[in-house]
Amino acid sequence: MLTRRSFLQSSAAAAAFAASAGSAHADATPGITATEIKIGQTMPYSGPASAYGVIGRTEAAYFKMINEQGGINGRKLNLISLDDGYSPPKTVEQVRRLVEQEQVAFLFQTLGTPPNTAIRPYCNEHKVPQLFVATGAAKWNDPKHFPWTIGYNPSYETEARIYAKQILATKPDAKIAILYANDDFGKDYIVGFKEGLGASHEGMIVKEATYENSEPTVDSQVVTLQGSGADLFFIVATPKFAAQAIRKSFDLGWNATRYITNVSVSIATVLKPAGLDKSKGLITGGYVLDVTDPRYKDNPDVKGWKAFTDKYMSAKEYIDVNACYAFGAAATMVQVLKQCGNDLSRENVMKQAANLKAFAAPLLIPGIAINTSPDDFDPIRQLQLLTFNGTSWEPFGEILQG
Amino acid sequence: MARRNGRIASIVTAAVVIVALAIPFFASGYRLYQGSQVLILAIALLGLNLLTGFNGQISLGHGAFFAIGGYGTAILMAKLGVPYWAAIPIASVVCFIAGFLFGFPALRFGGLYLALATFALAVAMPQMLSYKGFDAYTGGPMGLLLTKPHAPFGLPLSGDQWLYLFCLAFAAALYWAAVNLVRGRVGRGLIAIRDHPIAAETMGVNAALYKTTCFGVSALYAGVAGGLSAIVVGFVSPESFGLPLSLAFLVGIVVGGLASLGGMLFGAVFIEFVPNVADQLTVNFGESAKALPGAVYGVLLILVMALMPAGVAGAARALASLAARFFAPARRRTM
Amino acid sequence: MGEFLHLLASGLALGGVYAIMALALVMIYQATQLINFAQGEMAMFSTYVAWKLMDSGWPYWRAFAATVLVSFIGGVVIERVVVRPFARAPILASVIVSIGLAFIFNSLAGYLYGYSVTSFDSPFGDRPLFGGGYMSAHEAGAVLVSLCVLAVVYAFFRFTPLGLAMRAAAQNPVSSRLVGIRVGWMLALGWGLAAAIGSIAGMMAAPIVYLDPNMMFGILLYAFAGAVLGGIDNPFGAAFGGFAVGVMENLVGAYVVGPEVKLSVALAIIVAVLVWRPSGLFGRRLVARV
Repeated sequence: MLTRRSFLQSSAAAAAFAASAGSAHADATPGITATEIKIGQTMPYSGPASAYGVIGRTEAAYFKMINEQGGINGRKLNLISLDDGYSPPKTVEQVRRLVEQEQVAFLFQTLGTPPNTAIRPYCNEHKVPQLFVATGAAKWNDPKHFPWTIGYNPSYETEARIYAKQILATKPDAKIAILYANDDFGKDYIVGFKEGLGASHEGMIVKEATYENSEPTVDSQVVTLQGSGADLFFIVATPKFAAQAIRKSFDLGWNATRYITNVSVSIATVLKPAGLDKSKGLITGGYVLDVTDPRYKDNPDVKGWKAFTDKYMSAKEYIDVNACYAFGAAATMVQVLKQCGNDLSRENVMKQAANLKAFAAPLLIPGIAINTSPDDFDPIRQLQLLTFNGTSWEPFGEILQG
Repeated sequence: MARRNGRIASIVTAAVVIVALAIPFFASGYRLYQGSQVLILAIALLGLNLLTGFNGQISLGHGAFFAIGGYGTAILMAKLGVPYWAAIPIASVVCFIAGFLFGFPALRFGGLYLALATFALAVAMPQMLSYKGFDAYTGGPMGLLLTKPHAPFGLPLSGDQWLYLFCLAFAAALYWAAVNLVRGRVGRGLIAIRDHPIAAETMGVNAALYKTTCFGVSALYAGVAGGLSAIVVGFVSPESFGLPLSLAFLVGIVVGGLASLGGMLFGAVFIEFVPNVADQLTVNFGESAKALPGAVYGVLLILVMALMPAGVAGAARALASLAARFFAPARRRTM
Repeated sequence: MGEFLHLLASGLALGGVYAIMALALVMIYQATQLINFAQGEMAMFSTYVAWKLMDSGWPYWRAFAATVLVSFIGGVVIERVVVRPFARAPILASVIVSIGLAFIFNSLAGYLYGYSVTSFDSPFGDRPLFGGGYMSAHEAGAVLVSLCVLAVVYAFFRFTPLGLAMRAAAQNPVSSRLVGIRVGWMLALGWGLAAAIGSIAGMMAAPIVYLDPNMMFGILLYAFAGAVLGGIDNPFGAAFGGFAVGVMENLVGAYVVGPEVKLSVALAIIVAVLVWRPSGLFGRRLVARV
């Protein structure tokens, strides 16, 4: 490894670093041995997106649990999860390290649209499966051009389209104001939403306002949006800003129907801070169930989740919707590996990832399941419309397919 | 004494050059990628050091010029079809102009205020990059993907090797330029302005011109680095150019040694590898400690500053003079 | 009109937070000529301490007082242990140290308390005041607290011997030593006070912006803008600058350019002020004699 003392001889440092080139494995598939499956991952454990780091930790704990139960077909799962700070150059570096130095078999739940966009060409060029990317961008469902990359989250565009259709059906003369994040997350929603409304109805949007993730608060944007006279408020925001927007819109006395995106549905970490009574009437399309919702207290998945967090994590993660999401994703990965049997070549892993039929991953809203096929790399396409009644999210209507 | 130091310096430089040239033939793609990053960072640090170390103007916002270079190169390549080897010089000229223009208001404010103004620039840059109005060119928050260049003229080099050598060529050329700049009249003028601005002016040094030009040149260096980075990574997005980058540059020049051009290589190695080291160290603390590498990095920063306040170059100089005294006790002492 | 009043009110409330942070920054700058980049992270960490205390059942004002005290002591300790050794080092070394401190506090908070959003109670409650919901009780309370802090700090520096000693130590350490002032301890006191003030800012901000490890970052930037606008060596100017930036950011963002460029507006403010009046609106004009 790099010697830290010999500063006088930078050449010594450079030589050491050149010599530590990745060692070649004799196995046919890198990362797979008779006793181990090496899985690679990049996660923003530091930096502005660090709230999502819990996803990586939950998945690591899940794999630890599987290992303690004997592993899969006798092989233990070894998740190597590296921090990329949500910075694409760092993601590229870490992924190259995982693939070339750590020799992982495949990548799992790499997080973020820009990071994944940066590594997708590399993964497809080197035929390394980029599985279940943890982002809702629509572009991951493209098996023709990128056969080694498959998504996981229901795409933001799909979700926004569902909301648009719902609005057209229930409030066709609404005046819509939108608050959205000035990043890939926010922009995807806007595109989907406008598409869902259709060109003829785009005039329904009377005002849009953006915010930066580094801003302290979105209160002033909410004030401006209210000033436009809109009666429907679409909040496309991550938890902290969603909570601010919910609270402010209530405090202002703004009597608008409010839609929020399903990244900010957690009762404990979004609605409680905003104020449960201030959150009444919110509408969203969810896919992960809320474990603090009293209606699910006897749900076997929730019980399993409680036992899991009691043993491997803590009460903090129990109520964290990101952790619940990760639990389901990890189970999906295990399902794929089980389906692979003894053929853990990268081709077969990819094939099985594209071969999930009605898999009910834990903690998904009952009725929503994971489906993939060689033409459909969009594992979760269903959403359940929910409305918040002050204590829990009440489903209404059918489960919708995007 | 100076001639002896000069000889040691030349030997070290030659050794570094030989090793740097040899690396592509021994290292894997991943290590070459890291090597390219080190060279890119070194170029940016050279530029920042010219401004801060030699000219005393503290900039906490060089990530912004890095971003202009990166996006400039990406837009030229992706939207205007300019080949990569031409895109970098063009983008770097844009950066020079941007830096030169920023240098004008910078003349009015002194050290600390300049630091704050550049700090604000670094923070505001990602927002400016994802501004709706520029979406057509910048790709907005989605960023721009670039195709990786292959070795020209059918040379038997992989893409990684070629890119590394490409970066090395730029680094060597820019280092040589910086050394000559610093050794000559201009360099002396810059240092004079840093240490005694009023005396320098009375000696006929045109402080305003020197300072703004220095800003422009250092922005040019950052721009070249940014352009190279865009090509090596193959992707630019606003997230690639946030505040942490500017802070890393500052850390790099201080750790490498202010006003030491050779030290910039160490600074680049530090900021490229030490976060990974911090990661490794915290692996021992268990899963929940994934948040800790930041704290370890902070502690390492403080430790490095405590042990080497004048940076690696300062420590090297101290060690060298210690060694000289140790190895030459029989020499006539001058005092 | 309603919209304008709302913007003004929330601008003042957050502006109060910026004003307090700017004051903390100025305090350290006056004493040590150093900008403490870790000010925001220290304030955030203090707020978490308060939250932890309240979570364990402490009533608000007791937790508030305890946090301010703990922060004060923490500030003193940090100055003596971490910052003091670098007093003779080049100034950039101290800047790097403060950056290092920022990393440490940020990561520690994330490690100890997680990264999800936490709500933080306000002692003033959440009811809207003045009928039209222009200002919530907390926002009004935050502005009041800001003004109180400013008044107390002003009184301290102007009317107490200790305050006088601190001012002397900052302006002229050599002469101060000759008169018997323990300059070293004055610096430590300055850091302690700044940390205590920062903790108040954090506790006032958290009910509005919600508590999470990255909460203070945007606030710190605006606090810098405020301090620069008002004059980095003038506590009053800095506080005024904080309020001004808070209001301006809202109004400009709403009426002039749109919220996409609010941060750039902060940058523009800083650059414009520095070009036109380098020492800020109320700062002392420094004239260098040849």
